[in-house]
Amino acid sequence: MTTAAKPLIGTAHPRVEGRDKVTGAARYAGEISFAGLAHGWLALSTVARGRVREIDTESVLSMPGVLTVLHHGNAPRVETGYTSVLGVPPDPTVAVFQHDRVPHKGWPVALVVAETSEQAREAAESLVVRYDQEPHDVAFSARRDAEAAPFDGHMPPALVEKGDLEAELAASAVVIDAEYTTPEEYHNPMEPHATTARWEDGRLEVVDSNQGTNWVVGELAGLFSLDPGSVRVRSEHVGGGFGSKGVRAHQVAAVMAATVLRRPVRVVLTRRQMFSLAGHRSPTAQRIRLGAEADGRLRALEHRSLSRTSTVYDFIEPSAGASRPMYAADAHHTENRLIRLDVPSPTWMRAPGEAPGSFALESALDELAERCGVDPVELRIRNEPAVGPVSGLPFGSRNLVGCFREGARRFGWAERDPRPGIRREGRWLLGTGTAASSFPAMAMPSTAALTAEADGTFTVRINAADIGTGARTALTLVAADALEVPTERVRVRIGDSDLGPAMFAGGSAGTRSWSWAVTAAAEELRGSLLPGATIPPEGVTVTSDTTEAVGALARRERHSYGAQFAEVAVDPATGEVRVRRMLGIFAAGRIVNPLTARNQFVGGMTWGISMALHEEAVRDQALGGLYGPDLAGYHFAAHADIRNVEAGWVEDTDPDDPVGIKGIGEVGIVGAAAAVANAVWHATGVRHRHLPIRPDRVLTAGGDA
Amino acid sequence: MREFGYRRALDVPGAVALLDGDPDARFLGGGTNLVDLMKTGVERPTRLVDIRELPLDRVEPAEDGGLRIGATVTNSDLAAHPEVRRRYPALAQAVLAGASGQLRNMATVGGNLLQRTRCGYFGDVSSPCNKRDPGSGCPAVEGEHRNHAILGASAHCVATHPSDMGVALTAFDARVTYETATGPGEIPLADFYLPVEETPHRETALPPGALITGVTLPPGATATAANSCYRKVRERASYAFAIGSVAAALDVRDGTVRDVRLAFGAVASRPWRAHAAERALTGAPADAEHFAAAADAELAAARPLPHNGYKVTLMRNLVVACLSELAEEAAR
Repeated sequence: MTTAAKPLIGTAHPRVEGRDKVTGAARYAGEISFAGLAHGWLALSTVARGRVREIDTESVLSMPGVLTVLHHGNAPRVETGYTSVLGVPPDPTVAVFQHDRVPHKGWPVALVVAETSEQAREAAESLVVRYDQEPHDVAFSARRDAEAAPFDGHMPPALVEKGDLEAELAASAVVIDAEYTTPEEYHNPMEPHATTARWEDGRLEVVDSNQGTNWVVGELAGLFSLDPGSVRVRSEHVGGGFGSKGVRAHQVAAVMAATVLRRPVRVVLTRRQMFSLAGHRSPTAQRIRLGAEADGRLRALEHRSLSRTSTVYDFIEPSAGASRPMYAADAHHTENRLIRLDVPSPTWMRAPGEAPGSFALESALDELAERCGVDPVELRIRNEPAVGPVSGLPFGSRNLVGCFREGARRFGWAERDPRPGIRREGRWLLGTGTAASSFPAMAMPSTAALTAEADGTFTVRINAADIGTGARTALTLVAADALEVPTERVRVRIGDSDLGPAMFAGGSAGTRSWSWAVTAAAEELRGSLLPGATIPPEGVTVTSDTTEAVGALARRERHSYGAQFAEVAVDPATGEVRVRRMLGIFAAGRIVNPLTARNQFVGGMTWGISMALHEEAVRDQALGGLYGPDLAGYHFAAHADIRNVEAGWVEDTDPDDPVGIKGIGEVGIVGAAAAVANAVWHATGVRHRHLPIRPDRVLTAGGDA
Repeated sequence: MREFGYRRALDVPGAVALLDGDPDARFLGGGTNLVDLMKTGVERPTRLVDIRELPLDRVEPAEDGGLRIGATVTNSDLAAHPEVRRRYPALAQAVLAGASGQLRNMATVGGNLLQRTRCGYFGDVSSPCNKRDPGSGCPAVEGEHRNHAILGASAHCVATHPSDMGVALTAFDARVTYETATGPGEIPLADFYLPVEETPHRETALPPGALITGVTLPPGATATAANSCYRKVRERASYAFAIGSVAAALDVRDGTVRDVRLAFGAVASRPWRAHAAERALTGAPADAEHFAAAADAELAAARPLPHNGYKVTLMRNLVVACLSELAEEAAR
């Protein structure tokens, strides 16, 4: 091993598989060929609630190429009484074809398998399914809070209280009491969900697009009562996940069909199918009450959030949790509540809780700044806590103030005139806004294997998932630094459940968790290789397991933070809102690869702009399904909407992480929508508390919207 | 997907003969709308007659001094044509406001006029829709209709026509030419789209089996057309259909409106020529107050639904903004 001149971590490095991706050499799950491959196509319910009375399989079985039709009357039985790797029972939504009940529109009622994808699609779309339809209820609104209950689920506690909220509110010089809503939102990774399942030598082999092969192994083994060792899932390249790519109906249907037909079966979701099968973010109705001294110092912070789930699975969007690590106040009350409706199960969508929660909290902070006549940046600095505002725990590291100071400097915040609605440029009113962001910094146990090869190279084997984040490249840099060799001598193998247990790509904790294991393996290898020793032909391999080390982490408030700044232009005659520039400065641990890290931050901020101005799935109350569920109907920012988005960071190395990493996948979206909404207020003098800030809302907002 | 026949036509009579009046056959231009609808099952043609090779891809001066635009001219070529940009700037702007560069490279003038509504209920075969499935009902009236019609709709259908190009063509009194087995014909664009009434599935006055061969812009009022603009408002900066648009042309002399053309997009089942506004404004002072009054004269007929009333405000504001811009331009 040679000594590297300086650390590779922190230097820009293009994706190691970048050339393969841009030349098309990289193969994704839906395009890898297998001999004898059959194609499945899901048929989805057209009613929002009821029972399947009859499926006319006869007429499609005679169509060209059709091999079988799986449905609740003939599909293999699956088990749902297990605990998934997430520590909770599986969403029964993935247990397809087990009963005749239809809990939402777009529920899988059959899988048609044929020789070609086209034949399967035509047959699935011709399949006549008759239903006994029942009245459905898909109406979500703040008015239904009375029917809701606090719900913990797999998330932090539903209800966290500290101090006497009402007393502190009563004693406050200024009280902000406002309701905010965010709509139903969908993650649509560029690569639709796709899987191919086949049995080979008694082993279930799955080539899949997911965020963690272990996750999918665990679920499929549980569902089909298999030894996890007899299931192998591979996922070499993944075109985005954002929380939607765990186990879903298509993988389960594909395994069923491969089992029944004894040949490989591929199932790919269409974009429209993703709008009922891939999960989504629940709409939220949030109420914030802030009580403060005249100078803006908080006495009371209340954040209540209502979200909704399906009738079959309790998943909560824990928006109120976003307020817990933010600001000091004598009284804190945060509560997440849930109602059940006849809709698909929601799931994790990038920054679950924090994304909608920060819109409400950081909008309310801006309203407080306005009322107190305190600069919004200064207001946040004044409320900076010394310890966790509710937990009382020390922070692992916290540099939110550094983010605001650096962001304000780069953005030119000091020249800002706080008065709203006074800057005009042609038909546009101009305004600027800011907001804070945060996201938990977590690490989860992982294992890694590291081989010193006889030719002087090193092979890292870790079951990481690169869902487009650049994880493979980051791990190459981490390994190269830990081994003190150039990246050319490091090869990283990921995306294969046979590589052993590791964290999935989620919770902004993938790269941190994997880097820990890789670093530990490298230390082990350096300890076991004598200088000048000859490496045998099979190499020298060591393994690591971070379970103990991660478990030994002291209890701390561990979060990434950030400060978002936005400048918008609003045409009050047409309601058009344009984000002219946006700057995000983050304190998110040590940045491994600035090139891909910037992509992550800017991508998150772009999500935030979309969330502020465009994204909204509209559910038809009478039909129970979505209106225009495709990428023509569900708008997100187009290129022309994203002018000048910049991201940067301040020093924030995590002292308790071997590499200093915190995690950057989600913090970029947090606070971004609030910064835009606050800028719209500054431009127009009108508060928008309901997302997205559409032209019609701007046009019809006489006073506050 | 369902199998279908495909033939490529080489000349106009051949194309008409290949289609042979078959109601289940379709002409295929750029395919930017038809192919999407085939994928979603809204359109299920048994045969396609590809007309891309027809010699209808030219923009040429017409004998009467107007402009003749072939049916297979692409949106990109139309928007880039020097005569279009000089004499009918609103038309070039309208075309460029639509879709994306890739789509405009494929989409044709004839196909643009015949594209179908983007109403989400129409595009979802699991939903009722009187336009797609006559008699099944219109969920938009009680459901999602934020971007539906405020003018000329009926209880049977409140869908809007999605074309930007058609709005500018309507302002300029374009005429649609076509070919049938029995010979050529022509319809003013103003009469091309049928009123909605109880038959929203009947969309155009084109005879069965007819092939659109082109669009003719008349030479009249060239001074007006040359001072024209198109403004489109949508829910993002690009790549979305309008929630309201205006094509406006204005001839002002000495502060008085001599001639004005106004057409609205995204407010009706067809590009909406604002005759009442034009009448109100002709001969009136060219100022914001009279522009607003003219818009109000047109929008008095608006019958908004509970969630699309903003369009009345939007269209009024757009009319004032466009005409004010043109009046300033004329004064320069």
